[in-house]
Amino acid sequence: MSIIARNITKTFGAYTALNDVSLDVPEGKLVALLGPSGSGKTTLLRIIAGLEFSDPGSGRIDFHGTDVTDIPAGKRGVGFVFQHYALFRHMTVAQNIAFGLTVQPRRERQSAEQIQARVKELLKLIQLDDLGARYPTQLSGGQRQRVALARALAVQPKVLLLDEPFGALDARVRKDLRRWLRQFQREIGITTVFVTHDQEEALELADQVVVMNNAKIEQVGTPQEVYDQPASPFVIEFLGNVNRFAALGHPLPGAGPDVIYVRPHDVDIQRHYEGEHGVRVRVQHVFSAGNYGRVALVRLDNGDTIDAELSRVRLKELGLAAGDEAHVVFRHIRLFPAGAFVERDVAADDATPAVVDAGRDI
Amino acid sequence: MSRSHRSVIPGFGLSLGLTITYLSLIVLLPLSAAFIKTSGLTWEEFKTAVFSPRVLASYRISFLASFAAASLNCVFGLIVAWVLVRYPFPGRRVVDALVDLPFALPTAVAGIALTALYAPNGWLGHWLDPIWSSFVHKLADVFPFVDWVGLLGAKLAFDRPGIFIALTFIGLPFVVRTLQPIIEELEPEFEEASASLGANRWQTITRVIFPQLLPALITGFAMAFARALGEYGSVVFISGNMPMRTEITPLLIITKLEQYDYAGATAIAVVMLVASFTLLLIINLLQKWSRRHHAV
Repeated sequence: MSIIARNITKTFGAYTALNDVSLDVPEGKLVALLGPSGSGKTTLLRIIAGLEFSDPGSGRIDFHGTDVTDIPAGKRGVGFVFQHYALFRHMTVAQNIAFGLTVQPRRERQSAEQIQARVKELLKLIQLDDLGARYPTQLSGGQRQRVALARALAVQPKVLLLDEPFGALDARVRKDLRRWLRQFQREIGITTVFVTHDQEEALELADQVVVMNNAKIEQVGTPQEVYDQPASPFVIEFLGNVNRFAALGHPLPGAGPDVIYVRPHDVDIQRHYEGEHGVRVRVQHVFSAGNYGRVALVRLDNGDTIDAELSRVRLKELGLAAGDEAHVVFRHIRLFPAGAFVERDVAADDATPAVVDAGRDI
Repeated sequence: MSRSHRSVIPGFGLSLGLTITYLSLIVLLPLSAAFIKTSGLTWEEFKTAVFSPRVLASYRISFLASFAAASLNCVFGLIVAWVLVRYPFPGRRVVDALVDLPFALPTAVAGIALTALYAPNGWLGHWLDPIWSSFVHKLADVFPFVDWVGLLGAKLAFDRPGIFIALTFIGLPFVVRTLQPIIEELEPEFEEASASLGANRWQTITRVIFPQLLPALITGFAMAFARALGEYGSVVFISGNMPMRTEITPLLIITKLEQYDYAGATAIAVVMLVASFTLLLIINLLQKWSRRHHAV
């Protein structure tokens, strides 16, 4: 079931949550709506679900070619999982999962035995076979999350929508559940949209990432695309750590100083450097965990800080310690003309252009 | 206390001692005094004091009217609380403050005001009385097998309905104030979850919202009921105080006291106490049952 949202605008009083947003979700894909809080991602999800409606006269939602714009949530065939699960506290796990089946009109409702069998099947699916008789308060966060998922799936929705599905879980559980959800979604092949503010989660989990900011979509693409070819300064800054410098000169007439971005893993540190593009730095802090070493550097010319990430082997080779002086070379940079979101990829190997501004502190 | 059991706020021993002393002084001691005073009576004397027809009639009217008033308050208190929490409307704060009025008003004032309103020549009474009596007669036609506890032909004020009106008035804040915080906690997410699973409004109300409010509703009912049982001031003005018909038990106690029959008065009080305590215990058990899912 594909989802198409066209020209969705949503305002709450004077506040614009979504500004003429359009989105295509291909059938069977796992799509992440990624953005900071207030970017409109949850509102978009809720409008897709039918829990919220776009401003009168604006927008249209199609599910697999059928217009569902004015159809309320209960009739859209969506499974919605709330951030805080919204499990019914006075019902057991089994009753929670069965809820959607038991409220169906009598004509369409399955028999009690069928419902029970379905609940059992779902309990098995979420690996909570023996906990059907428990109340939600007796479950851990991760278990509640899975119950909420099973409850949403019980009515066999055509689309699964998850609002910050891992937001309220601790890091370890989150990781396990993420992997489980990925595999699970692949198995049943249901079109799934989830909201997250965690870029790592979006990149790791989704087939397609929709980066949102300020009530608009900044970029849509595969995780690789949005990471490697960010469409705007916002996207590059939001997706992981990045060093940011102001560039010298005015390459585009009328624009201010351009902005240069360098990912920490594109920063190479060398003890002795003979070329012309090196920048002299002092090592401030060295830390290594796992496969990577992180080095905090300060530029000697203007005091800007630079974060570098290199392999543990390389770090050992260099033998850096706090206070040492060294050179850095940028392997790959990305330049955005200020004021205009025009992409110009000036990256080249071993090219730290001389345009790096000495004076501007950002 | 051992080191490992230290809590952030110390002084469990001290505060428990204080609690027990305080409760003994304020609650337990006066209550036991009533029992001790009563024990001065012989069994025969006790029986005549407590089970005379006039007293029995007063138990009936007190418990029935209190029960009915608390029940009605559950219905309308729930609506009031829901509206006050969920719908912002101009003057909400004023209405919210109004709810507390029955708490604050001297009960005698309430009684006089209600009597003036509902009396046959009062603002409300003179046109509500006919509506009321035709309503009761219609009901009696539909349900002829029901015992109408003397409501047929009763006026609103100076008769049984008056007791019910007064007790409803004083009980309302208990229900509203116990429900409000619970409704505030009830995230709209629950309703949305229910709706997204295909439930219609009625199913969402009866199967998702109401069960979550039930424990608080039972608490509110218990408080309104207990308060109504003990109410005296507002009722005596509006009830007419007819023996066997509209005498409430607290009134009989006062009557006995006025006749210097202290033992007789406390005997009735003891019966009231035991009955109320039993009822409240049952309600508490009910409440515990309705909160069973909170047990971990």
